[in-house]
Formats: sequence, structure tokens, C-alpha cells
Amino acid sequence: MHPAYSVILFTTSSGAGFGLLAWLAFGILTSPPASSFTFYLVAFALAYTLAIGGLLCSTFHLGHPERAWRALSQWRTSWLSREGVAAIAALGIGALLALAALADVPVWLQRILAAPTLVLALATVWCTGMIYETLPTIRAWSHVLTTEVYLMLALASGALVLTTILALLGWPSPGAAWAAIVLLALSALMKAIYWNGIDAAPRTFTVGSAVGLGAGTKVRPLLEAHTEANFVMREMGYRVARKHADKLRLMVMAFAFAVPILLLVLLIAKPVLGPFAATLATISAGIGLFTERWLFFAEAQHVVTLYYGAARA
Amino acid sequence: MSEPKVATSVPPADEIKTTTCYMCACRCGIQVHLKDGKVRYIDGNRKHPVNRGVICGKGSAGIMQHYAPSRLKAPLLRTGPRGSGQFKEITWEEALTTATSWLSQVRASDPRKLAMFTGRDQSQSLTGWWAMQFGTPNFAAHGGFCSVNMAAAGLYTFGGSFWEFGEPDWEHTKYFLLFGVAEDHGSNPIKAALGKLKQRSAKIVSVNPVRTGYNAIADEWLGVKPGTDGVLVGALIHELFRTNNVDLDYLVRYTNAPWLVIQDKGAKDDGLFARDADGKVLAWDKTTDSLARADRTDITPALVGEFTLPDGRRAVPSFRLLAERFLSSEYTPEAAEKICGVPAGTIRRIAEEMADVAFQQTVTLPIKWTDWAGREHDSITGRPVSVHAMRGISAHSNGFHTCRMLHIMQILLGTIDVPGGFRYKAPFPRPAPPGARPVGKPEQVKPNTALPGMHLGFVHGPEDLLVDADGKPSRIDKAFSWEAPIAAHGMMQMVITNAALADPYPVDVLFMYMANMAWNSSMNIGATLDYLTATNEDGSYKIPKVIYSDAYASETVAYADLILPDTTYLERYDCISLLDRPISEPDGPADAIRHPVVAPDRNVRPFQDVLIELGARLGLPGFTKEDGTPRYPGGYPDYIVNHERSPGVGPLAGWRGADGSKFGMGEPNPKQLERYIENGAFHLHHLEPGQRYMKHANRGYLEFAKSVGFIPHADPIVFQLYCEPLQKFRLAARGHGSVQPPDRYRQRIERFFDPLPFWYAPFEGGLIDDRAYPMHAVTQRPMAMYHAWGSQNAWLRQIHAANRLFMHRDRARELGIGDDDWVWISSHIGRVKAQVQLMEGVNPDTVWTWNAIGKRAGAWGLDADAPEATRGFLLNHLIAELLPPRDGGYRYANADPVTGQAAWYDLRVRIEKAPAAEVHETFPRFEPLPSPTGITPPAVSDFGRAFNKDRA
Amino acid sequence: MTALPASTKRKLGLVIDLDTCVGCQACATSCKEWNTGGYSAPLSDIDPYGADPHGAWLNRVHAYDVGEGATSRTVHFPRSCLHCETPACVTVCPTGASYKRAEDGIVLVNPDTCIGCKLCSWACAYGAREFDAADGVMKKCTLCVDRIYNEHLPEEDRVPACVRACPTSARHFGDLGDPDSAVSQLVKQRGGVDLLPEMGFKPVNKYLPPRPRRDATTLAAPAAPETASPSNGSVMDRFFTWADQMLSR
Ligand SMILES: Nc1nc2c(c(=O)[nH]1)N[C@H]1C(S)=C(S)[C@@H](COP(=O)(O)OP(=O)(O)OC[C@H]3O[C@@H](n4cnc5c(=O)[nH]c(N)nc54)[C@H](O)[C@@H]3O)O[C@H]1N2
Ligand SMILES: Nc1nc2c(c(=O)[nH]1)N[C@H]1C(S)=C(S)[C@@H](COP(=O)(O)OP(=O)(O)OC[C@H]3O[C@@H](n4cnc5c(=O)[nH]c(N)nc54)[C@H](O)[C@@H]3O)O[C@H]1N2
Ligand code: SF4
Ligand code: SF4
Ligand code: SF4
Ligand code: SF4
Ligand code: SF4
Ligand SMILES: [Mo]
Repeated sequence: MHPAYSVILFTTSSGAGFGLLAWLAFGILTSPPASSFTFYLVAFALAYTLAIGGLLCSTFHLGHPERAWRALSQWRTSWLSREGVAAIAALGIGALLALAALADVPVWLQRILAAPTLVLALATVWCTGMIYETLPTIRAWSHVLTTEVYLMLALASGALVLTTILALLGWPSPGAAWAAIVLLALSALMKAIYWNGIDAAPRTFTVGSAVGLGAGTKVRPLLEAHTEANFVMREMGYRVARKHADKLRLMVMAFAFAVPILLLVLLIAKPVLGPFAATLATISAGIGLFTERWLFFAEAQHVVTLYYGAARA
Repeated sequence: MSEPKVATSVPPADEIKTTTCYMCACRCGIQVHLKDGKVRYIDGNRKHPVNRGVICGKGSAGIMQHYAPSRLKAPLLRTGPRGSGQFKEITWEEALTTATSWLSQVRASDPRKLAMFTGRDQSQSLTGWWAMQFGTPNFAAHGGFCSVNMAAAGLYTFGGSFWEFGEPDWEHTKYFLLFGVAEDHGSNPIKAALGKLKQRSAKIVSVNPVRTGYNAIADEWLGVKPGTDGVLVGALIHELFRTNNVDLDYLVRYTNAPWLVIQDKGAKDDGLFARDADGKVLAWDKTTDSLARADRTDITPALVGEFTLPDGRRAVPSFRLLAERFLSSEYTPEAAEKICGVPAGTIRRIAEEMADVAFQQTVTLPIKWTDWAGREHDSITGRPVSVHAMRGISAHSNGFHTCRMLHIMQILLGTIDVPGGFRYKAPFPRPAPPGARPVGKPEQVKPNTALPGMHLGFVHGPEDLLVDADGKPSRIDKAFSWEAPIAAHGMMQMVITNAALADPYPVDVLFMYMANMAWNSSMNIGATLDYLTATNEDGSYKIPKVIYSDAYASETVAYADLILPDTTYLERYDCISLLDRPISEPDGPADAIRHPVVAPDRNVRPFQDVLIELGARLGLPGFTKEDGTPRYPGGYPDYIVNHERSPGVGPLAGWRGADGSKFGMGEPNPKQLERYIENGAFHLHHLEPGQRYMKHANRGYLEFAKSVGFIPHADPIVFQLYCEPLQKFRLAARGHGSVQPPDRYRQRIERFFDPLPFWYAPFEGGLIDDRAYPMHAVTQRPMAMYHAWGSQNAWLRQIHAANRLFMHRDRARELGIGDDDWVWISSHIGRVKAQVQLMEGVNPDTVWTWNAIGKRAGAWGLDADAPEATRGFLLNHLIAELLPPRDGGYRYANADPVTGQAAWYDLRVRIEKAPAAEVHETFPRFEPLPSPTGITPPAVSDFGRAFNKDRA
Repeated sequence: MTALPASTKRKLGLVIDLDTCVGCQACATSCKEWNTGGYSAPLSDIDPYGADPHGAWLNRVHAYDVGEGATSRTVHFPRSCLHCETPACVTVCPTGASYKRAEDGIVLVNPDTCIGCKLCSWACAYGAREFDAADGVMKKCTLCVDRIYNEHLPEEDRVPACVRACPTSARHFGDLGDPDSAVSQLVKQRGGVDLLPEMGFKPVNKYLPPRPRRDATTLAAPAAPETASPSNGSVMDRFFTWADQMLSR
């Protein structure tokens, strides 16, 4: 699949945004009332920037952005539609939560808003994952862990950002850092399992069956239907060399997980280095996750490639 | 939520006009749907005899042709050096005065110095007649490089041929052999027919080195080596003889099989037919055991044996010579297998299958008819085996004889003009060979005088050649000379070369129409461009003046001095005439017109109008009245209606006579064009059922044909298995008669003017080191492209913007070449670089590519970096127009020695993998051409949006 | 409107005969020509005269090398929307622009509400949806919904443009839901197949596989003739003896 930057940025950035929002809600639900105007201001602002920024990015690849609102109508059947609905609900109620937190209203009231915000923020990311996982045409995406990985990475990146904010505000929080470490480690594990999974999964669709001449038949393209690449080839014919992909996978493991985890350990060990370590960790994770998402598309083979030269998919 | 309302019943057009397509030469009937004055949609006319409603890939892309940004928009006069593509727009008045002054000088001094050649010309009866009135011998259309050897082979053998001349009886045929065809002129008819055969599961056998398109759906594919069909067909004939599967009754009735051939080595009439005192051919009558006139119906002619003539000389039935030729060891299936690669067993089986269908599965139609001798028959029995062939046969230097074999095979099986066999289309059959002789002998060419007749014809013997006393050609292309005696369509491919080399003489004006001679229709393009721009010491051009009419920004435009821009096919009148290349059906003669369905939005004029006005300005006899005023002030439509070639016979045969009641012959009808337009732009005359088969020997048909002027007399047309005119050339080569070949040609004539067909290896292969050039290279017509002109079409070019060199997987592996690799293709004259595509269905010794995809950068309104110019290539750069020197250094044309047909597919090449380091782009590439129109093509085309206004 | 209809009154679709298709592209260009001015007008072309010409087409014709060696064959393969019964392309659509008609099963995109998110093209297994970059919406085969019901067309022309054009009659149009329809019968006789059945979209369009060859791979060659001998004479003599008959003209 063609790795479109708009979609990559959207999923990574809004993933982190909703992750952070979820953590804020979670904090309000679980931790004792510890009001800090600056913290909430910065944290919520960042969550919204990431989430809404991402959503805006996603509209860039639309043919008719001005009609985007129509995408809310099909929540009964379409995960993309559901994602939209969930996102708007999460951001809506989340906004009230933000105001409540900033205005420092009684905590029971904050918590009434926090609960749905938490659920909806996670639901949004879940829907994003499901958009991909439910496409039968792309084997790599139909993997059971697709959605879970999305969710996990959202929470991990959220936690990382949260840790960073706290560190920068001068309240290094080992708790948040530990959470981030654990989530990053788990994500790394799941991603590894996912990669093994898609590498191992048998390519059951054959060109023979695609052209109706029998799954076993040897079929090779002879005359192109068109000599220059058309939409289908541009959008779904993208190929990344195995070697290249392997390098990039390592890069993901390093930048998205290993480096941040080490830096977070450093933060816990040497709180003074907190701001510096956390910031670096976030930047590294950003690079890593961007690469992870790029691979998510680039490595995914669409069955339609069978008509354009692939023997199996 | 409920489903949106869909407007399912929007009127597709404000107005529908029927005319004739010209996205190719097939000439189907089309309906042009017009909306808001624009062309909304084009589909096939169901009532039209050619396509019966269907339409092909090109025809349905007509819109993009008609609105192409490459359309020329005004007359142009060259300003820069020839080939630079620098022009200035001029007015029509300037254009016509310039042309008139150039041409009038030529006509007054030496009319030969006008060479007028036309390409995809569908008004040859006008252009040829114009050249005749002008008085130059130098006229022809593109036939010489297309398929003249096959046309001639057919006309000299059975007075017909393929394409416009005849077609298989698709309704009844049970066994169909397709030789060397990818697409052909009968583009839609052949496709429709294949569909029918499939429905009836009639067997389709494809003989072709390549298995794509039609050949891909055949029941059996024989992947022959190029140039070897002759030996394959020879072996099939061998098998038919060996197994006694020839229709002897048919042969004695309809062919010259029984005619006695004089056997007298060295005599001046050796190998000619034995004739009686009044020149009537003789046969041997077995009932009376005596000589008898061969045309008598009461004899039982001998087909074998040897007989003595009154003068004591030996004579044998021509059939015996034919049988001896093909029963010889040269034509056994085993011998053939070695040459063509088709297993002997397969050849035997195919022969057996043909014989079984022909003799065991006959088709009888309850049709009453009267034969030439006046005998009534109440049914016709046919042998349902049929054949179609095209450039796989014609584009080889042995095509004439190979094609003769094809027809002889059909005749031996008794399948000509019978149910399920091969059917003539009017005005054919004509006598074999037709009577008209070529015109343009030196003494027939005089200043300010018309030629006594039309240029192209059929030589019956050396005396008909267009040569001077010492055998020098009188035509610039050397057609009808010893170089190519039966060049019945001329040799357009030689004109530019010969004119630049002043061989046989220089010309002053080269006038071309609708032929992209500076690119895909020339051999050895680099040399052709040099010839077009070659100069004398004083800097003047060797070809002083070039006038060209094109409708689009082709490569050739850049090489002309004066451009006469034509309209598109939807903007003008055209006439598809029985005097030319009609669209007749086996069941009846048909002709058609094009008429303007939209008005030109540019300063262009239909070429025929321009030609007619030029004729008037030059004062050509046929184009001016006695008082010198224009004869056809109304232009082409005026000419179509009012011109009479002979009394009562004009360009259109339908609705003649003052009241439109006559067919074929009748005075002009002022309402004729209206009648055509009402009828969908065509006219089809239905023959009586009794006239529809056996036309060559059917009194009903022959008398009808005579009455409408198709044939001079109603005598039966006798198939010439043994071709006497060829023997006359041989005798001349042996030193007999008044007109004899210069010594250089004697051997060549002796060898190739064999009255019985034979197979010989194509020339190029024999003249070059075939270890150095081991592969055969051929092209195929892409079904969705018409020569060069499809590339300006925004839709068609998306299908074929570049072409690959196709080769067999195994051969590629041997050469270390992989799929998509770039390779160098080398011939004895040059190299071309291309990207390969490997495949299974191709003869391993053959490589091929799509024809005419490669373009000169900047031409056709395309950006200079268009794939057509960077990844598209032509094999033409590798095809020599002249053969390597021999016979004392002389270089013959790379052509069939009998007819001068260009031998495109004799090409031999070597394939080598291109070094990875090289840039992957085609070679050779020429200087980009500037656009002659100055139009910048749009970056996005959303044609059709306007037709759907309700959608913003 | 992306919920699929429980069932459709009719299952209109195409039957494509791979035994007859010669790959002429008429169905592709006639489709482009009709539809660029029809229901989903335009079918835009990008860089139409430049280095990278590409546009929206609703039907594409490929050719494949099938098998290897003597038994290999060349198969031409037209590809357009199969109007599947349970296609993911419809259910994934967030706007409802993509839908399947309850009345005849035709799968359509509503060009007025499509936001051009391309998700449906990801969900189609057959590459049948092409995004129109200039128009900003998804385009796909409409089964010529604006022809087959068009009262302004003569009865006989109320078929898809590609079917109307096909010179070899390799394309057939009809109701595959009605077992007695001509198309259903054809599918039955010729063993029509689904493309990628394992995808589970239940295509309505069917493809008729190429028929078995009648060539050297399936037919035996006749025995070679016995060579000439004093007893049977030379081939030539034998033929001349046979040909020496009393024949009347
Ligand atoms: N779409 C389209 N239609 C056209 C044209 C076009 O440009 N495009 N051009 C028109 C013109 S001008 C012409 S002349 C006709 C030509 O019509 P075709 O005869 O179909 O012309 P080609 O495509 O050259 O086909 C030649 C075929 O012969 C095969 N071949 C080559 N060498 C041999 C051989 O030695 N033996 C045998 N048996 N086969 C051989 C090639 O593989 C190819 O399939 O088409 C006309 N129709
Ligand atoms: N390698 C190779 N070369 C070949 C062949 C091959 O098989 N292989 N085939 C040969 C054969 S058989 C042929 S017939 C030739 C064909 O070659 P050409 O006769 O050159 O055919 P086109 O390339 O179509 O060129 C026709 C010219 O007419 C112009 N034209 C189109 N429509 C109109 C119109 O309405 N009015 C006017 N005035 N001009 C118009 C076009 O723009 C173009 O410049 O190619 C020959 N060349
Ligand atoms: S075959 Fe196609 S292009 Fe040629 S005339 Fe017929 S419709 Fe037009
Ligand atoms: S029009 Fe018919 S023959 Fe031509 S490609 Fe389409 S389906 Fe095949
Ligand atoms: S072919 Fe593709 S677009 Fe058409 S219905 Fe099936 S899935 Fe949808
Ligand atoms: S591109 Fe249009 S039709 Fe396709 S899913 Fe998106 S909105 Fe629906
Ligand atoms: S049915 Fe209509 S839209 Fe669909 S492929 Fe055929 S012509 Fe195109
Ligand atoms: Mo031709």
C-alpha cells in the first residue's frame, strides 16, 4: 500500500493525542485531586493539538475535504465513520473535562466527565485500528493484533508525552515514566509478534484464482492494460524491498522503543536529567513511530496486485 | 437513509448523425451523438453492412481524435530549414497560389517531375484521376508497401483477393485458417466473424509466429518461423495431392488445370498455352481422344498425361505440372518441418482435417442458379474450408508466390465462392489478371497533357512495362519496370530515396497526402530524413519542393515546405467508391460516404476540395469546363455527385439517375448525397440469391456485373493455377520477344517469374550473415492504435504509450536476458534500444513489437518527454529500403521481386542485453520537433463534465 | 446507505467469455467514452498529452501468459466491477456514497456525496474502483445504469456500452439472479466462474473459461505414409492414376 504521509501523520499524531487525553482522564479518575492549572493547560492543549492536528492531516488526502462531515453518517457499518463519531465525542466531552479541570470544579464532577472521555478516547483509536484490521483485501492488516498494536502505541506515546510534560514542568513523575516504559516494552513485544505473524502468514490468494483459471495455474502478465501506472497501481501497488523493510524494522525497534525506554530509565535514575531525557525520548519515539506507520502501509500487499504481476497475495 | 435518486434516463444526444468512421481503414458505420454542439458519444450503426452495430477500441475513442490538440489549424509555409519544423501560418489564397505556381511550371515543362503519392488515402479514384489529368506517371497510394504482392497474387490467380476483394463465408464455414493476421483492415468484421465461429465451434487454425489477439483464441496455433508459410502451404498441398483430396470436377470446370502447356525447351513459346489458329487455348478431350478448345463444355478434359500438338510438339495439362511441383520431395511435410518448424505429423493432420471438412462435411444451399454455360442448377454445394491472410504473408519478399499457393490450395479444395468457402465482393471477380494495363510509358507523358489512362494496372507481358527502350523505368518508384514488373500498386516506399538519388531521374515537386513518410511508413528512417533534407552544392534541396497534406502534427509535417491542413473525419465529405476500395459484401456491392457532422473550428479545408480547386487553377482538363471555368465549383460533394468516369458511372453507385431509381449506371442525381445521408451514409445493393455464389461462373452474376460496368464482358472467369503472364517474362529473360530485360535482371526474372508458385527463403536472411543476425523481427498492429495517428489520442495512448520488445522466455534465458531488461536490437544497418517483455506464445527465433508506437519527440502534440519518445521505438530504423549489394554491386529494393512489395518482415536481428550502466531510454532519438500549431496541450482533460451540468 | 440490502430483486451483471475475447479494448474505450459524459462524468485524464498520462477508467483489458510450453495459452482478460453481492467496498464507506441498489444489485458511488477518502478502493479485491484525481471522487463501473433504463435509447441499445460495442460478442449482460435468463444459462453450459471466490464478496459477474484446445496437445497425428515401392509405385504415379478420370465440364 502507498504510504501516504497524511495518513501516517494522522494515525501517529492523533494516536498520541488520544492516548494523552486518555491518560489525563485516567489520572483524574484515579489519582487524588492535585490541581495544577499550568499542567492541565499544557497537557490538554498538547493532547488537542496532536489529536486535531492529526485529524486535519487526514483530510488532506480527501478528494472533497469540505464534505468531510458526511463521514459521520455511516457509523452503523463503517469503522471510518465510527472513528469520526468517536473522535468528535471524545474531543467534545474531553473539552468539558479540560475546562472542569482548569476551573478546578469539584473532583466528582471532573470524574463524571473523565470516565466517558477515557472510554471514547480509547474507542477512537480502537476504531482506527479496526478500519485496517477489517479489510479482507490486505493480509498484513487482517492480523488479530493490528488494532491492539494501534491502541498500545497510542497509550505508550500518550504516556511518553505525559511524562515529558511533567518533566518539563519540573515534576518528574517516575509513575508516568514506569507506565511509559511498560507500555513501550509491551508494544515492542506485540509489534514483534505482529511482524512474525505477517511474515509467517501463508499468501493464500493466487493470480490463478484472481483470473478465474484455477488457483494452481501459472499465470503471468503479458500485455499491460495500460502502459503507465494508473490509480490502482499507484495507491495499492506500492512495494518495499524486503532488505530495506528489515532495516526499517530495526530502526523502529531502536527509535520507537529501545532508546525511549533507556532514556526513561535515565530519567528515573537521574531526575535532574529528566527534561532532557524525556524530550529526547519523545523525539526518538516520534521518529520510530512514524517509521513504524510507514512500514505498516509499505509492507502491506493488496490482493489487487495479483492482476499486476504478483503470483500470490 | 434511502438510496439516492439516479437519473437513469438522461437524453444522450440532441441529435444523432450517421456517417462512416475513419479511425482506421475498415470504414464502419457510426452514429455520432451530438449534445450542445459537441460530440458526446460515438457508437456503431446496427444497419451498416461492415460492422452491423459493433465498434472497435479505436472507433470508440474518436472523440479524442476529433478534439486532439495536435490538429493542424492553418496552412503553413516553411520558414526555417527543412526538418526544423519552423513555419509561418499563411492564408489559403497564398497556399493555393504557391502550389499552383510550383505545379504549373512542372506541368508545362516535364510532368514527370511531379511525384504524387498518397498514404491512407480513401479517395484514390480522385487523387489518381487528378494525377492522370496532370499528366505525371508518378502516382500511387500506399499499397506498394502494404500488400500489393497478395493483391496481385489473387488477381492473377482467381480475379479476386482478400479484404475489399472477398472474405470467408463466415455464416457457413466450418474450418478457418488465419495466416499472418493480427488485426487487418476488416477490423470489426473479422472480430465479429471469429465470435460467430466460436458460437458454432468451427475450428480456427492460426498460422503466426506470435500468439496474441485473434491468434490467442484459435483452436490451434502454429508458431511458424517468419517467411516460411510458403513451404508449409506447399506441404499441405502435397498432402492433398498425396491423399487424392482435390476436387477434380471443380478444377476442370473453373480452372486452367486442363489447359495444355507447350513443352519445348528453348522455343519462344515454351511454357505458354497451346492455342488453335484463332488463339483459343486447347485441352485434350478424352471422349474423342483429340485436341479441343478448352472452353468447350461438351468435352471431358484430361488433367494428366502428355499429348502431341499438330506441329508434333509435346504439351501437358498445366495440372500435371502443378502436381509434379508439389508432389516433389521439396514439399513433403518432413521437408517443410525443417524449414517452418511445424511438425510433419501436424501438417498431415491439418491437411486431413481440411480434406475431411471439404469433402465429408459439405454445405448445400437450396439456391437456384445458372452457370456460364446456361445450365440450371437448383442448389449449390460448398466445401466449407476458408482462409484469410495478410501481412504475415505480404510483408515478405516471397509473399507473391506464397499467396498464390494459398489461393491454389483453396481452389484445389473447390472452396472459391461456394457456401462455407471464400466469397468474392463486387466489383470482384474480375478476369485473372484484370484487363487494365498500367499507363505512363515514356511516350505517354507530354507537357500540359493528361495521361491517356489511369496509372495503375496489370501487366500481361513485358510489352506492358513502363520502361524506355533500354529498359530504364519511366516511373520515379520504378514500378512496372524490370525491378518490379507487377507493381500493381506502385512502390511508394522507394519514392523519397529515388527522388533524392535522381534515380531514374530527379523530381521537382514531391506531393504527399496522408502518409507519415518521415517516420513510421518509411524503412531506414535516418536515411529517409537525410534524403528529404539532402542538398546540392548550391545549397538547394535535391527534392526541391515538398507539398504535404496532413490533418495532424505528424513527423512528416516538419519535412514539408507547404502544408495543406485537412479536416478531421467528422468535418468533411469522403467517398468510399466502387471505383476505388469499396465496402461491398459478398451478398452485394456497397459504397459509402462521410459527410460533415460537425463544422471545423479552425482554418482548415478538406483536402479533396483543395485538390479540386488546384485542378481548376491549373486548368486540368477534367477539372475545368471548356470555357476554362471550374467544373466542380461546389468542391468534393459536387464532384461526387456529378463526376462521370464513363457515361453513367460515377463515384457513387447508389441512387443514380435523375430520380435516384438506378443502381450502378445512370445519370447524376442531384439528390444523391441526401439519399446516402438518409440511409446512414451507405448504399448496399442486394444481389439476387441466384447471383450470390459461384460468381466467377454464374451467368446471372456475370451479366449483372457487366451491366453495371464491373467487368468488360460476361465470360466466365477461369482460375489461373498456371500463370502464363509470368512465363512471358521468363521467355523475355531467355532472350525472346521485343521487350527484354537488361542483362542484370535476366537471372532474377528467370528465377522469380515461375508460372507455378514456389517457396524461396526471404532475401535479407540469404544476403546477410545469419549467424550474426539469428533472430527474425516482426511487428504487429495493436488493436487499439492505428499506425502513428493513435498516439495523439488521449485515451488510446494510455493503453500504448510505450512498446516493449517481446521475446520467448527460453531464448531470453539462453541470452542471459530477463524480463524488463533493456536490450540492443541490431540489424545489418543499425541499432535500436528497447525494453523486453518475455512470453511463451512466440516462435523462439522471433522477436516482435507493436507497430508505430515510437514517436519523434515533440510530434503529435505530445510533450517532448512523452513515453512514446523515451520508451517507444520503431523497428523501421533497422529495416533497409535497399538490399545489400549483389549482382555486381547493384542494390535491389528490399521487396518482393515480382510486385515490389516492401519486405518489412524479412528483417533479421541480433539481441544483446544492454549494459546496466546505460540510461534506460530508447535509441535512436532525434531532435525534438517544435509544435507546428503552437498549442500547449492541457494538463488535465475532463472531457464530458459539461454534459453533466447538474453535477457541479 | 452503506448497509447492504438483505437481498436484491435482480442481480444484473456481465458474463465475459475468455474463450472469445481477443483483447481489442473496445469495451474499455467505449466504456470510457460513454461514461465520461454520463452518470459519473467526467472520467478525467491527468497529463493526457505528457510524460505520465493516466486517467480514470472503469474497465481495463489485460492479457496473461497462462501455463508453460506446448500447453500454454494467451488469455485476454477484461476487468471491471463485478457488482458483488457482499462487497466490503460498500460497507466500509463512511459517507454512504458507496451503495448497492436493492432493486437490481448495481453497486454505485454517489458522486455528490463521496468525499474521496479512497477506503472503498482499498476494500475492493478486484481493482475496480478508480479515484478521479481531478474530480475528487471515486469512479467505478455503473453497469451503465444510465443506459440500461434509458427511455431515450432504442430498446435494443439498453445494454451497457461495453456490451453494445464488443465486436466478438464476448460480453453478455443480464440478470444472473434469474436461473432461466440467457446469461444464467450460458454460465451453466460453459461452467462460468467467480473471481477470487475465497474473498467472500460473491461476485455477480461471471467469467467463462477458455475451452479446451484442438491441437497437437489433444489430437493424434495420422500415421506417416508408407514410402514408395515397386508394388505401390511412386506417390506421383499413384496420384496420376487416380486423377486420370472421365470428368465433365
Ligand atoms: N488497429 C489497427 N488496425 C489496422 C492497422 C493499424 O495500424 N492498427 N493498420 C491497417 C493496415 S495499413 C494494414 S496493412 C493491416 C495489416 O493487418 P495485419 O496483417 O493484421 O498486420 P500486422 O499487425 O502487421 O500483422 C501481421 C501478422 O503477421 C504475423 N507474421 C509476421 N511474419 C509472419 C510470417 O512470416 N508468417 C505468418 N504466418 N505470420 C507472420 C505477425 O506476428 C502479425 O501477427 O491492418 C490494418 N488495420
Ligand atoms: N515496421 C513497420 N513499419 C510499417 C508497417 C509495419 O507493419 N511494420 N506497416 C506498413 C504499412 S502496411 C502501412 S499501410 C504504413 C502505414 O503508415 P502511414 O500510411 O504513414 O500511416 P499513418 O502513420 O497512420 O500516417 C498517416 C498519416 O495521415 C495523417 N492523417 C490521419 N488522418 C488524416 C486525415 O483525415 N487527413 C489527412 N490529410 N491526413 C490524415 C496522419 O496524421 C499521419 O500523418 O506503415 C508501414 N510501416
Ligand atoms: S474498425 Fe474501428 S476504427 Fe476502424 S472503422 Fe471500424 S470502428 Fe472505426
Ligand atoms: S470488447 Fe470484447 S473482445 Fe474486445 S476486449 Fe472487450 S471483451 Fe474482449
Ligand atoms: S468488484 Fe469491487 S467495487 Fe465492485 S462490488 Fe465488488 S468489491 Fe465492490
Ligand atoms: S471514496 Fe467515496 S465512496 Fe469510497 S469510501 Fe470514500 S466516500 Fe465512500
Ligand atoms: S457496464 Fe458500463 S460502466 Fe461497466 S464496464 Fe461496461 S461500459 Fe463500463
Ligand atoms: Mo497497410
